[in-house]
Amino acid sequence: MSRLILENQDVNITIIDRDGVTHKIEAPTDMAMNLMEVIRSYELAPEGTIGVCGGMAMCASCQCYVLSDTELPKMQDDEEAMLSEAFYVKENSRLGCQIPITPELEGLEVELAPES
Amino acid sequence: MITTDILIIGAGPTGLFTVFEAGLLKLKCHLIDALPQPGGQCSEIYPKKPIYDIPAYPEILAGDLTDKLMEQCKQFEPGFTLGERAETIEKQEDGSFIVTTNKGTKHKAPVVAIAGGLGSFEPRKPLIDNIADYEDKGVEYMIKEPEMYRGKKVVIAGGGDSALDWSIFLADVASEVTLIHRRNEFRGHLDSVEKLQELKSASKINLITPAEVIGLEGEQELESVVIKQETKVFKKECDHFIPLFGLSPKLGPIADWGLEIEKNAIVVNNALDYQTNIPGIFAIGDVNTYPGKLKLILCGFHEATLMCQAAYQIINPGKRYVLKYTTVSGVDGFDGTRKEAPKAVVKAIE
Repeated sequence: MSRLILENQDVNITIIDRDGVTHKIEAPTDMAMNLMEVIRSYELAPEGTIGVCGGMAMCASCQCYVLSDTELPKMQDDEEAMLSEAFYVKENSRLGCQIPITPELEGLEVELAPES
Repeated sequence: MITTDILIIGAGPTGLFTVFEAGLLKLKCHLIDALPQPGGQCSEIYPKKPIYDIPAYPEILAGDLTDKLMEQCKQFEPGFTLGERAETIEKQEDGSFIVTTNKGTKHKAPVVAIAGGLGSFEPRKPLIDNIADYEDKGVEYMIKEPEMYRGKKVVIAGGGDSALDWSIFLADVASEVTLIHRRNEFRGHLDSVEKLQELKSASKINLITPAEVIGLEGEQELESVVIKQETKVFKKECDHFIPLFGLSPKLGPIADWGLEIEKNAIVVNNALDYQTNIPGIFAIGDVNTYPGKLKLILCGFHEATLMCQAAYQIINPGKRYVLKYTTVSGVDGFDGTRKEAPKAVVKAIE
Protein backbone atom coordinates (compact mmCIF):
# COMPACT_ATOMS: atom_id res chain seq x y z
CA MET A 1 0.00 0.00 0.00
CA SER A 2 2.70 2.46 0.98
CA ARG A 3 4.66 1.47 -2.11
CA LEU A 4 1.66 2.42 -4.23
CA ILE A 5 1.51 5.84 -2.63
CA LEU A 6 5.19 6.36 -3.33
CA GLU A 7 4.75 5.44 -6.97
CA ASN A 8 1.89 7.87 -7.26
CA GLN A 9 4.22 10.65 -6.21
CA ASP A 10 6.43 10.31 -9.25
CA VAL A 11 5.77 12.01 -12.57
CA ASN A 12 7.09 10.88 -15.93
CA ILE A 13 9.18 13.41 -17.78
CA THR A 14 11.01 13.17 -21.11
CA ILE A 15 14.27 15.06 -21.42
CA ILE A 16 16.33 15.45 -24.57
CA ASP A 17 19.91 16.19 -23.53
CA ARG A 18 22.39 18.49 -25.30
CA ASP A 19 23.62 15.57 -27.43
CA GLY A 20 20.10 14.88 -28.67
CA VAL A 21 19.66 11.71 -26.58
CA THR A 22 16.16 11.15 -25.21
CA HIS A 23 15.77 10.13 -21.55
CA LYS A 24 12.48 9.04 -20.03
CA ILE A 25 12.75 9.60 -16.31
CA GLU A 26 10.64 9.61 -13.17
CA ALA A 27 10.79 12.61 -10.88
CA PRO A 28 9.56 12.78 -7.28
CA THR A 29 6.93 15.39 -6.48
CA ASP A 30 7.48 15.35 -2.72
CA MET A 31 11.11 16.53 -2.48
CA ALA A 32 10.63 20.19 -3.40
CA MET A 33 12.78 19.67 -6.47
CA ASN A 34 12.70 21.68 -9.64
CA LEU A 35 13.32 20.56 -13.19
CA MET A 36 16.97 21.71 -13.18
CA GLU A 37 17.64 19.68 -10.04
CA VAL A 38 16.01 16.59 -11.50
CA ILE A 39 18.21 16.89 -14.58
CA ARG A 40 21.26 17.15 -12.31
CA SER A 41 20.14 14.21 -10.17
CA TYR A 42 20.04 12.03 -13.29
CA GLU A 43 23.34 13.59 -14.49
CA LEU A 44 21.86 14.44 -17.89
CA ALA A 45 24.21 17.42 -18.28
CA PRO A 46 27.78 17.64 -16.95
CA GLU A 47 28.20 19.22 -13.53
CA GLY A 48 29.24 22.81 -13.85
CA THR A 49 27.25 23.30 -17.06
CA ILE A 50 23.79 23.40 -15.49
CA GLY A 51 22.42 25.08 -12.39
CA VAL A 52 25.53 27.23 -12.09
CA CYS A 53 23.82 29.86 -9.90
CA GLY A 54 22.18 27.15 -7.82
CA GLY A 55 18.66 27.86 -9.04
CA MET A 56 18.15 31.59 -8.53
CA ALA A 57 17.20 32.42 -12.14
CA MET A 58 20.50 34.27 -12.39
CA CYS A 59 22.51 32.37 -14.99
CA ALA A 60 20.25 30.64 -17.57
CA SER A 61 22.46 27.53 -17.64
CA CYS A 62 19.31 25.42 -17.12
CA GLN A 63 17.45 26.92 -20.07
CA CYS A 64 15.27 24.35 -21.84
CA TYR A 65 12.71 24.30 -24.62
CA VAL A 66 9.28 22.99 -23.67
CA LEU A 67 8.10 20.58 -26.37
CA SER A 68 4.84 19.29 -24.88
CA ASP A 69 1.75 21.40 -24.25
CA THR A 70 1.95 20.72 -20.52
CA GLU A 71 0.60 23.59 -18.47
CA LEU A 72 3.46 25.19 -16.56
CA PRO A 73 3.54 27.78 -13.78
CA LYS A 74 3.47 31.31 -15.13
CA MET A 75 6.82 32.97 -15.68
CA GLN A 76 7.84 35.38 -12.91
CA ASP A 77 9.67 38.66 -13.51
CA ASP A 78 13.14 37.35 -12.64
CA GLU A 79 12.87 34.40 -15.02
CA GLU A 80 11.63 36.67 -17.79
CA ALA A 81 14.44 39.15 -17.13
CA MET A 82 17.08 36.41 -17.20
CA LEU A 83 15.74 34.94 -20.43
CA SER A 84 15.81 38.40 -21.99
CA GLU A 85 19.59 38.40 -21.50
CA ALA A 86 20.25 34.74 -22.31
CA PHE A 87 21.36 33.31 -25.65
CA TYR A 88 19.62 30.72 -27.90
CA VAL A 89 16.27 31.86 -26.52
CA LYS A 90 13.14 30.66 -28.34
CA GLU A 91 9.41 31.19 -27.86
CA ASN A 92 9.20 28.01 -25.76
CA SER A 93 12.24 28.72 -23.57
CA ARG A 94 11.97 28.30 -19.81
CA LEU A 95 14.45 28.07 -16.96
CA GLY A 96 14.37 24.58 -15.45
CA CYS A 97 15.09 25.96 -11.98
CA GLN A 98 11.83 27.88 -12.03
CA ILE A 99 9.66 24.83 -12.72
CA PRO A 100 8.81 22.92 -9.54
CA ILE A 101 8.07 19.22 -9.95
CA THR A 102 4.35 18.78 -9.33
CA PRO A 103 1.82 16.11 -10.40
CA GLU A 104 0.65 18.51 -13.14
CA LEU A 105 3.96 17.95 -14.97
CA GLU A 106 3.05 14.34 -15.89
CA GLY A 107 4.07 13.81 -19.52
CA LEU A 108 6.25 16.95 -19.75
CA GLU A 109 8.77 16.87 -22.58
CA VAL A 110 11.71 19.28 -22.70
CA GLU A 111 14.95 19.72 -24.60
CA LEU A 112 18.02 21.28 -23.00
CA ALA A 113 19.22 24.47 -24.68
CA PRO A 114 22.88 24.60 -25.78
CA GLU A 115 25.50 25.57 -23.25
CA SER A 116 26.50 29.24 -23.45
CA MET B 1 57.97 37.85 -7.80
CA ILE B 2 55.45 37.43 -4.99
CA THR B 3 56.45 34.67 -2.58
CA THR B 4 54.26 33.04 0.03
CA ASP B 5 53.67 29.73 1.83
CA ILE B 6 50.31 28.78 0.38
CA LEU B 7 49.26 30.29 -2.92
CA ILE B 8 45.47 30.17 -3.08
CA ILE B 9 43.76 30.36 -6.44
CA GLY B 10 40.29 31.75 -5.87
CA ALA B 11 39.27 34.28 -3.22
CA GLY B 12 35.81 32.87 -2.49
CA PRO B 13 34.69 31.69 0.96
CA THR B 14 36.88 28.57 0.91
CA GLY B 15 39.98 30.48 -0.16
CA LEU B 16 39.43 33.20 2.45
CA PHE B 17 38.92 30.70 5.27
CA THR B 18 42.12 28.92 4.20
CA VAL B 19 44.00 32.11 5.14
CA PHE B 20 42.69 31.84 8.69
CA GLU B 21 43.43 28.13 9.14
CA ALA B 22 46.88 28.53 7.59
CA GLY B 23 47.54 31.50 9.85
CA LEU B 24 46.96 29.37 12.94
CA LEU B 25 49.80 27.18 11.66
CA LYS B 26 51.94 30.28 11.03
CA LEU B 27 51.70 29.84 7.27
CA LYS B 28 51.26 32.90 5.08
CA CYS B 29 48.83 33.04 2.15
CA HIS B 30 48.44 34.98 -1.06
CA LEU B 31 45.26 34.82 -3.16
CA ILE B 32 44.76 35.23 -6.90
CA ASP B 33 41.29 35.90 -8.29
CA ALA B 34 40.01 36.83 -11.74
CA LEU B 35 37.36 39.06 -10.21
CA PRO B 36 38.29 42.55 -9.01
CA GLN B 37 36.97 41.87 -5.48
CA PRO B 38 37.15 38.95 -3.03
CA GLY B 39 34.12 36.76 -2.28
CA GLY B 40 33.80 34.72 -5.48
CA GLN B 41 30.23 33.84 -6.40
CA CYS B 42 29.00 35.25 -3.08
CA SER B 43 30.04 38.77 -4.01
CA GLU B 44 29.71 38.52 -7.79
CA ILE B 45 26.45 36.64 -8.33
CA TYR B 46 24.33 36.84 -5.20
CA PRO B 47 25.65 39.30 -2.57
CA LYS B 48 22.13 40.17 -1.45
CA LYS B 49 20.86 36.59 -1.17
CA PRO B 50 20.57 35.04 2.29
CA ILE B 51 22.40 31.78 3.06
CA TYR B 52 20.81 29.57 5.72
CA ASP B 53 23.27 26.69 6.11
CA ILE B 54 26.38 28.35 7.52
CA PRO B 55 26.83 26.85 10.99
CA ALA B 56 25.86 29.30 13.75
CA TYR B 57 24.40 31.81 11.28
CA PRO B 58 20.65 31.15 11.05
CA GLU B 59 20.71 33.61 8.15
CA ILE B 60 23.50 35.63 6.57
CA LEU B 61 23.68 37.54 3.29
CA ALA B 62 26.34 36.22 0.93
CA GLY B 63 27.95 39.67 0.80
CA ASP B 64 28.05 39.84 4.60
CA LEU B 65 29.59 36.37 4.78
CA THR B 66 32.39 37.62 2.53
CA ASP B 67 32.92 40.66 4.79
CA LYS B 68 33.02 38.44 7.88
CA LEU B 69 35.55 36.08 6.32
CA MET B 70 37.72 39.04 5.32
CA GLU B 71 37.52 40.35 8.88
CA GLN B 72 38.36 36.92 10.32
CA CYS B 73 41.47 36.44 8.18
CA LYS B 74 42.67 40.07 8.22
CA GLN B 75 45.16 39.54 11.07
CA PHE B 76 47.00 37.01 8.95
CA GLU B 77 47.68 39.70 6.34
CA PRO B 78 46.82 37.85 3.15
CA GLY B 79 48.16 39.25 -0.11
CA PHE B 80 45.83 39.63 -3.09
CA THR B 81 46.31 39.61 -6.84
CA LEU B 82 42.82 40.59 -7.99
CA GLY B 83 41.40 41.02 -11.47
CA GLU B 84 43.98 38.58 -12.84
CA ARG B 85 43.49 34.98 -13.88
CA ALA B 86 45.97 32.27 -12.92
CA GLU B 87 47.23 31.12 -16.29
CA THR B 88 50.25 28.82 -16.03
CA ILE B 89 52.01 26.77 -13.40
CA GLU B 90 55.62 25.57 -13.46
CA LYS B 91 57.15 23.19 -10.98
CA GLN B 92 60.64 24.26 -9.81
CA GLU B 93 63.59 22.03 -8.98
CA ASP B 94 63.18 22.78 -5.28
CA GLY B 95 59.62 21.42 -5.45
CA SER B 96 57.93 24.82 -5.33
CA PHE B 97 55.61 26.22 -7.98
CA ILE B 98 55.55 29.42 -9.99
CA VAL B 99 52.08 30.54 -11.01
CA THR B 100 51.81 33.31 -13.60
CA THR B 101 48.65 35.28 -14.28
CA ASN B 102 47.27 36.49 -17.60
CA LYS B 103 48.87 39.86 -16.81
CA GLY B 104 52.26 38.31 -16.17
CA THR B 105 52.32 38.62 -12.37
CA LYS B 106 54.46 35.80 -10.97
CA HIS B 107 53.88 34.05 -7.65
CA LYS B 108 56.08 31.44 -6.00
CA ALA B 109 55.00 29.04 -3.26
CA PRO B 110 55.78 25.51 -2.02
CA VAL B 111 52.06 24.73 -1.84
CA VAL B 112 49.26 25.69 -4.24
CA ALA B 113 45.64 25.41 -3.11
CA ILE B 114 43.11 25.67 -5.91
CA ALA B 115 39.88 27.03 -4.44
CA GLY B 116 38.53 28.13 -7.76
CA GLY B 117 34.85 27.24 -7.34
CA LEU B 118 33.28 26.71 -10.73
CA GLY B 119 36.22 28.43 -12.39
CA SER B 120 37.08 31.98 -13.29
CA PHE B 121 34.29 34.27 -14.36
CA GLU B 122 34.43 35.06 -18.06
CA PRO B 123 32.12 37.46 -19.86
CA ARG B 124 29.27 35.85 -21.78
CA LYS B 125 29.75 36.76 -25.41
CA PRO B 126 26.75 37.39 -27.65
CA LEU B 127 26.25 35.09 -30.62
CA ILE B 128 27.35 37.46 -33.38
CA ASP B 129 29.31 35.69 -36.14
CA ASN B 130 32.25 38.04 -36.58
CA ILE B 131 32.46 39.42 -33.03
CA ALA B 132 35.89 37.87 -32.42
CA ASP B 133 37.30 39.92 -35.32
CA TYR B 134 36.55 43.15 -33.45
CA GLU B 135 37.66 42.17 -29.96
CA ASP B 136 39.87 45.02 -28.67
CA LYS B 137 39.16 46.81 -31.99
CA GLY B 138 35.99 48.39 -30.70
CA VAL B 139 34.38 45.46 -28.90
CA GLU B 140 34.98 45.15 -25.16
CA TYR B 141 33.14 42.80 -22.82
CA MET B 142 34.21 44.59 -19.65
CA ILE B 143 34.86 48.24 -18.96
CA LYS B 144 38.30 48.58 -17.46
CA GLU B 145 39.29 52.11 -18.43
CA PRO B 146 36.21 54.35 -18.64
CA GLU B 147 38.40 57.21 -19.90
CA MET B 148 39.01 55.44 -23.20
CA TYR B 149 35.38 56.17 -24.10
CA ARG B 150 35.73 59.94 -23.69
CA GLY B 151 34.24 61.70 -26.70
CA LYS B 152 33.42 58.38 -28.40
CA LYS B 153 30.18 56.92 -29.68
CA VAL B 154 29.32 53.92 -27.55
CA VAL B 155 26.69 51.21 -27.95
CA ILE B 156 25.96 49.09 -24.88
CA ALA B 157 23.80 45.93 -24.94
CA GLY B 158 22.17 44.23 -21.97
CA GLY B 159 19.39 44.74 -19.46
CA GLY B 160 20.91 44.10 -16.06
CA ASP B 161 22.69 46.19 -13.47
CA SER B 162 26.01 46.50 -15.25
CA ALA B 163 24.44 47.60 -18.55
CA LEU B 164 22.38 50.17 -16.67
CA ASP B 165 25.16 51.43 -14.43
CA TRP B 166 27.71 51.81 -17.21
CA SER B 167 25.23 53.50 -19.56
CA ILE B 168 24.51 56.03 -16.84
CA PHE B 169 28.19 56.53 -16.05
CA LEU B 170 29.27 56.87 -19.69
CA ALA B 171 26.47 59.34 -20.46
CA ASP B 172 28.79 62.02 -19.02
CA VAL B 173 31.94 60.69 -20.66
CA ALA B 174 31.12 59.48 -24.15
CA SER B 175 29.85 61.77 -26.91
CA GLU B 176 26.90 59.44 -27.45
CA VAL B 177 25.54 56.45 -25.51
CA THR B 178 23.04 54.02 -26.96
CA LEU B 179 21.59 51.26 -24.82
CA ILE B 180 20.04 48.29 -26.57
CA HIS B 181 17.99 45.63 -24.82
CA ARG B 182 15.78 42.82 -25.99
CA ARG B 183 12.91 43.92 -23.78
CA ASN B 184 11.38 47.21 -22.75
CA GLU B 185 11.88 46.30 -19.09
CA PHE B 186 15.19 46.56 -17.27
CA ARG B 187 16.25 44.59 -14.23
CA GLY B 188 18.24 46.73 -11.85
CA HIS B 189 18.18 48.84 -8.73
CA LEU B 190 15.20 51.17 -8.69
CA ASP B 191 17.37 54.28 -8.59
CA SER B 192 19.36 53.19 -11.67
CA VAL B 193 16.17 52.50 -13.61
CA GLU B 194 14.83 55.92 -12.64
CA LYS B 195 18.12 57.61 -13.54
CA LEU B 196 18.05 55.91 -16.94
CA GLN B 197 14.54 57.20 -17.50
CA GLU B 198 15.72 60.69 -16.62
CA LEU B 199 18.74 60.54 -18.97
CA LYS B 200 16.57 59.21 -21.76
CA SER B 201 14.09 62.04 -21.32
CA ALA B 202 16.99 64.53 -21.38
CA SER B 203 18.23 62.85 -24.61
CA LYS B 204 21.54 61.96 -22.96
CA ILE B 205 21.05 58.25 -23.64
CA ASN B 206 19.45 56.72 -26.72
CA LEU B 207 17.36 53.76 -25.71
CA ILE B 208 16.53 51.19 -28.37
CA THR B 209 14.14 48.45 -27.21
CA PRO B 210 13.02 45.77 -27.82
CA ALA B 211 16.03 45.23 -30.04
CA GLU B 212 19.31 43.45 -30.37
CA VAL B 213 22.62 43.84 -32.14
CA ILE B 214 22.83 41.18 -34.84
CA GLY B 215 25.92 42.26 -36.78
CA LEU B 216 29.13 44.27 -36.65
CA GLU B 217 30.76 46.19 -39.49
CA GLY B 218 34.00 48.04 -40.06
CA GLU B 219 37.18 47.87 -42.20
CA GLN B 220 39.98 47.56 -39.64
CA GLU B 221 38.10 48.58 -36.56
CA LEU B 222 34.46 48.63 -35.56
CA GLU B 223 32.55 51.34 -37.42
CA SER B 224 28.91 50.39 -36.91
CA VAL B 225 26.54 47.85 -35.43
CA VAL B 226 23.56 46.30 -37.17
CA ILE B 227 20.45 46.49 -35.01
CA LYS B 228 17.27 44.49 -35.34
CA GLN B 229 14.27 46.15 -33.73
CA GLU B 230 11.18 44.00 -34.15
CA THR B 231 10.89 43.79 -37.95
CA LYS B 232 13.25 46.68 -38.75
CA VAL B 233 16.96 46.21 -39.41
CA PHE B 234 19.22 49.26 -39.41
CA LYS B 235 22.80 50.38 -38.87
CA LYS B 236 24.15 52.63 -36.18
CA GLU B 237 27.59 54.22 -36.38
CA CYS B 238 29.73 53.76 -33.30
CA ASP B 239 33.32 53.53 -32.06
CA HIS B 240 32.66 50.96 -29.37
CA PHE B 241 30.25 48.11 -28.77
CA ILE B 242 30.09 46.86 -25.19
CA PRO B 243 27.91 43.77 -24.67
CA LEU B 244 27.22 43.31 -20.95
CA PHE B 245 25.44 39.98 -20.57
CA GLY B 246 26.92 38.89 -17.28
CA LEU B 247 29.68 36.46 -16.48
CA SER B 248 29.78 32.71 -16.54
CA PRO B 249 32.36 30.54 -14.78
CA LYS B 250 34.80 28.49 -16.84
CA LEU B 251 37.42 26.15 -15.43
CA GLY B 252 39.76 27.82 -17.91
CA PRO B 253 43.55 27.40 -17.95
CA ILE B 254 43.54 25.23 -14.78
CA ALA B 255 42.12 22.46 -16.95
CA ASP B 256 45.50 22.34 -18.75
CA TRP B 257 47.69 22.03 -15.66
CA GLY B 258 47.94 18.24 -15.86
CA LEU B 259 45.44 17.71 -13.08
CA GLU B 260 43.01 14.82 -13.19
CA ILE B 261 39.63 16.29 -14.14
CA GLU B 262 36.24 14.65 -13.87
CA LYS B 263 32.82 16.28 -14.28
CA ASN B 264 34.44 19.73 -14.71
CA ALA B 265 36.10 19.39 -11.30
CA ILE B 266 39.55 18.39 -10.01
CA VAL B 267 39.82 14.87 -8.61
CA VAL B 268 41.33 14.77 -5.10
CA ASN B 269 42.11 12.17 -2.49
CA ASN B 270 39.42 12.97 0.04
CA ALA B 271 40.45 10.36 2.57
CA LEU B 272 43.47 12.42 3.52
CA ASP B 273 44.01 16.01 2.58
CA TYR B 274 42.43 16.95 -0.78
CA GLN B 275 45.72 16.68 -2.64
CA THR B 276 45.44 16.35 -6.42
CA ASN B 277 47.40 13.93 -8.60
CA ILE B 278 50.26 16.48 -8.50
CA PRO B 279 51.95 16.49 -5.05
CA GLY B 280 51.93 19.98 -3.56
CA ILE B 281 48.80 21.05 -5.44
CA PHE B 282 45.55 20.75 -3.52
CA ALA B 283 41.98 21.43 -4.62
CA ILE B 284 39.38 22.52 -2.08
CA GLY B 285 35.77 23.70 -2.16
CA ASP B 286 33.46 23.54 -5.15
CA VAL B 287 36.35 23.02 -7.58
CA ASN B 288 37.14 19.48 -6.41
CA THR B 289 35.37 16.17 -6.68
CA TYR B 290 35.54 12.87 -4.80
CA PRO B 291 33.04 10.17 -3.90
CA GLY B 292 30.33 11.77 -1.82
CA LYS B 293 31.35 15.35 -2.66
CA LEU B 294 28.87 18.08 -1.77
CA LYS B 295 29.33 21.58 -3.15
CA LEU B 296 28.61 23.49 0.03
CA ILE B 297 30.45 26.41 1.60
CA LEU B 298 30.63 24.57 4.91
CA CYS B 299 32.28 21.56 3.23
CA GLY B 300 34.83 23.92 1.68
CA PHE B 301 35.70 25.21 5.17
CA HIS B 302 36.32 21.66 6.38
CA GLU B 303 38.43 20.80 3.35
CA ALA B 304 40.50 23.98 3.77
CA THR B 305 41.24 23.06 7.38
CA LEU B 306 42.50 19.56 6.58
CA MET B 307 44.47 20.81 3.59
CA CYS B 308 46.38 23.31 5.77
CA GLN B 309 47.64 20.48 8.00
CA ALA B 310 49.09 18.74 4.94
CA ALA B 311 50.57 22.03 3.69
CA TYR B 312 52.29 22.44 7.06
CA GLN B 313 53.99 19.06 6.64
CA ILE B 314 55.21 19.98 3.15
CA ILE B 315 56.53 23.36 4.26
CA ASN B 316 57.95 22.15 7.60
CA PRO B 317 58.95 18.53 6.96
CA GLY B 318 59.35 16.52 10.16
CA LYS B 319 58.50 19.48 12.38
CA ARG B 320 56.19 18.48 15.21
CA TYR B 321 52.83 20.08 15.68
CA VAL B 322 49.64 19.20 17.45
CA LEU B 323 46.19 20.61 16.83
CA LYS B 324 45.46 23.50 19.15
CA TYR B 325 42.18 25.12 20.05
CA THR B 326 41.68 28.85 19.59
CA THR B 327 39.75 28.92 22.89
CA VAL B 328 42.93 27.79 24.65
CA SER B 329 45.73 29.26 22.57
CA GLY B 330 44.08 32.39 21.25
CA VAL B 331 45.01 33.77 17.85
CA ASP B 332 48.32 35.50 17.13
CA GLY B 333 48.03 37.67 14.04
CA PHE B 334 50.92 38.35 11.70
CA ASP B 335 50.08 42.01 12.21
CA GLY B 336 51.14 41.81 15.85
CA THR B 337 47.62 41.57 17.24
CA ARG B 338 46.67 38.90 19.73
CA LYS B 339 43.21 37.64 20.54
CA GLU B 340 42.68 35.50 23.61
CA ALA B 341 40.07 34.59 26.15
CA PRO B 342 40.17 36.79 29.24
CA LYS B 343 41.92 35.06 32.13
CA ALA B 344 39.71 33.88 34.95
CA VAL B 345 40.14 35.80 38.17
CA VAL B 346 41.64 33.82 41.01
CA LYS B 347 40.86 35.59 44.23
CA ALA B 348 39.83 34.49 47.66
CA ILE B 349 36.42 35.62 48.83
CA GLU B 350 36.69 37.06 52.29
